[in-house]
Amino acid sequence: MSEQTFTEADRNDGIEPDMVDQDHAPKSTAAGSGTVPMNMIQALNSALDTKMAEDPNVLSFGEDAGYFGGVFRVTDKLQEKHGLTRSFDAPISECGIVATAIGMGAYGLRPVVEIQFADYIYPAYDQIVSEAAKLRYRSAGMFTSPITVRSPYGGGIFGGQTHSQSPESLFTHIAGLKVVVPSNPYDAKGLLTACIEDDDPTIFFEPKRLYNGPFDGWHEKPVSPWKAQELAQVPTEKYTVPLGKARIMKEGADVTILAWGTMVWVSLAGGEHAGVDAEVIDLRSLVPLDIEAIEASVKKTGRCVIVHEAPKTSGYGAELSALVQERCFYHLEAPIARVCGWDTPYPHAFEWEYFPGPERVAEALKSTMNGGR
Amino acid sequence: MKKNTKPLSLRVPEPSGRPGDTPDFSHLKLDAAGAVARPDALADPHEMRDMAFRLVRVLDDSGKAVGPWDPKLDPETLRRGLKAMVLTRAFDDRMHRAHRQGKTSFYMKCTGEEAIAVAQGMILPAEDMGFPTYRQQGLLIARGYPLVDMMNQIYSNASDPIKGRQLPIMYSSRDYGFFTISGNLGTQVPQAVGWAMASAYKGDDRLAISWIGDGATAEGDFHNALTFAAVYRAPVILNIVNNQWAISSFQGIAGGLETTFASKAIGYGLPALRVDGNDFLAVWAATQWAEERARANRGATVIELFTYRGAPHSTSDDPSRYRPGDEHEKWPLGDPIARLKQHLIALGEWSDEQQEAAEKDAAEQVRAAGKESEAIGTLGQSRPSVKTMFEDVFATEDWRLVEQRREVGV
Ligand SMILES: Cc1ncc(C[n+]2csc(CCOP(=O)(O)OP(=O)(O)O)c2C)c(N)n1
Repeated sequence: MSEQTFTEADRNDGIEPDMVDQDHAPKSTAAGSGTVPMNMIQALNSALDTKMAEDPNVLSFGEDAGYFGGVFRVTDKLQEKHGLTRSFDAPISECGIVATAIGMGAYGLRPVVEIQFADYIYPAYDQIVSEAAKLRYRSAGMFTSPITVRSPYGGGIFGGQTHSQSPESLFTHIAGLKVVVPSNPYDAKGLLTACIEDDDPTIFFEPKRLYNGPFDGWHEKPVSPWKAQELAQVPTEKYTVPLGKARIMKEGADVTILAWGTMVWVSLAGGEHAGVDAEVIDLRSLVPLDIEAIEASVKKTGRCVIVHEAPKTSGYGAELSALVQERCFYHLEAPIARVCGWDTPYPHAFEWEYFPGPERVAEALKSTMNGGR
Repeated sequence: MKKNTKPLSLRVPEPSGRPGDTPDFSHLKLDAAGAVARPDALADPHEMRDMAFRLVRVLDDSGKAVGPWDPKLDPETLRRGLKAMVLTRAFDDRMHRAHRQGKTSFYMKCTGEEAIAVAQGMILPAEDMGFPTYRQQGLLIARGYPLVDMMNQIYSNASDPIKGRQLPIMYSSRDYGFFTISGNLGTQVPQAVGWAMASAYKGDDRLAISWIGDGATAEGDFHNALTFAAVYRAPVILNIVNNQWAISSFQGIAGGLETTFASKAIGYGLPALRVDGNDFLAVWAATQWAEERARANRGATVIELFTYRGAPHSTSDDPSRYRPGDEHEKWPLGDPIARLKQHLIALGEWSDEQQEAAEKDAAEQVRAAGKESEAIGTLGQSRPSVKTMFEDVFATEDWRLVEQRREVGV
């Protein structure tokens, strides 16, 4: 789809605007303690809002991220609440956005920048990889880069080649970067807050397919809003979800599924569809990685299926598979399976053939239960 | 298919001289010292566009300071500047030799460009963060950074302030306002803009100052830096050191035949100055002008410093393969050290004997630092503990790094 015709409806793929839970827009931090239902957009907005209220060194900028509040509304009203210099619009220059954030970070601020789509993070890749990731190391700690790069990511929205990508493995491969992907509003707020407070550069990918509701990959069924989910109960106060700690989304005895972002929900649906008692682990942060949770689970189940949207070859699943093989070899009863995007660019017309849906997950689970046959 | 009036042909720019040719600088339009007006530092950039095509010069051929840009420095400041340039050159000579002697893997001199970083490092205090390239060692030297620490970095020895992690000369010092040097060209310029934006955001008094070579202005980062600097009116001084060469490519390959590098500022609405980079006083005056502007919250200034890279690009380079051997000697703007020396002598504030003494003193300082650093060790003879290789990747060690460190047995 072209940028010009990219509307709210396109993005949400059938999610009606009223599913954006306007009634529960995050209250100002003065609202005091309490927990309200939020969608992921609101939870992220609340993370920025509460953190900006607490720390004058936190500021937010990006393309359309100031006055307008972002094309996905994540930075909505931050400018109004915190002022023009704390939440502002940036020129269309991903390299410039990240580079200036690095300079600000070196000065002592904690900038949070938005890259409108993860598919457009590449112009900033040199700044992220050669600079942000290495400042601390190459200066022996004299200069650091406590920046957060937020970016909507992932597919399942008919976004075609350049509004669907999942480039996490391009960042997990880089020493010095932390890579975080939330799968629900509660974690989204807590993890984003943790990223902002972290003294290292963090790449924070927001699965845009999950912005307005959990999505399990059954794309023909109506989508439910976040409201119905327990994980949409979000404290209005600031809190953090620690980096490097996975969440066991569902305990299970038969097989371990490692997933993150949208694929957490797809994995849950896939397990149900296969009738397999799968333990679904939401990794939440890919770096640092909760290796203990992974090891404990695979040693318990003896089987492991890895699910991600990104193409299979050299995807983060390859790293996970290697780690599980190295650490759980004598516990494995079947080859480790990977359910991933194909090794093609993300196609438009073939969205649901490309997207690793619950049926493909179920197949992999059944085959794994059969010893990989 | 339509026919063209002329068959199309691809133009590939070529320098005025190649090895064996007589150097030819007749194409350069050089203003005489004192010939260029000095606009008010707070003036509207649109009113001074011609500054991007002129050349601000103060020292004339006889070493006299003339014209509106004369910063009227006291002799003591001039002597300090001269000594810092002499020391920079002595340091370069020794470290270049150290490389030839196998004491380190790599070195880069700034011969002929000393006036730039030295003058600017003297004007701006260490609180004003510098975002240098690998050719601004004069900044550290002018700000009094210990030579021995520079050498320790070059030798990657046990006392290397950055623990043997970086290629020689990629210094880093927060205390001396010297941002960590990156091997990736151009990246530091938009970072300097961000640093300056942060200072403005906090209502601070500090400025940022960055440098980029003529060659690296072709990087996208340069464009991004100018855009952000202009849009947010960042308090930053953006220097372009046009030393005519980017390794083997003459400045025409970076677009220098079509216009001046300073004039690139015009399209962004930024003020531009084009300055004789071998004229200590002109560099000083232009920097002060940009500083005054930034301190008055009028934002960024682009300064093209017109100079010549006298030395090989690096110890890995042989310029005789791509440019006339005597080009540097024929450079019409001369040598920055010789010119400032001549000026001080003309003022009656310096003599050949004092110059000789200063050179001896510089050599002695470098020798003493060399002795101290070499006692710790040159490359391969001494280094930080291998354990430190795994540190500072993150603020706290990741389990993978702990495991990998153990794998190495440390
Ligand atoms: C992004 C990038 N591309 C290429 C190089 C290799 N390289 C190192 S120095 C250099 C030439 C730079 O020339 P210039 O900017 O004119 O600076 P000078 O060396 O003349 O000071 C090149 C191409 C690099 N370091 N970084």
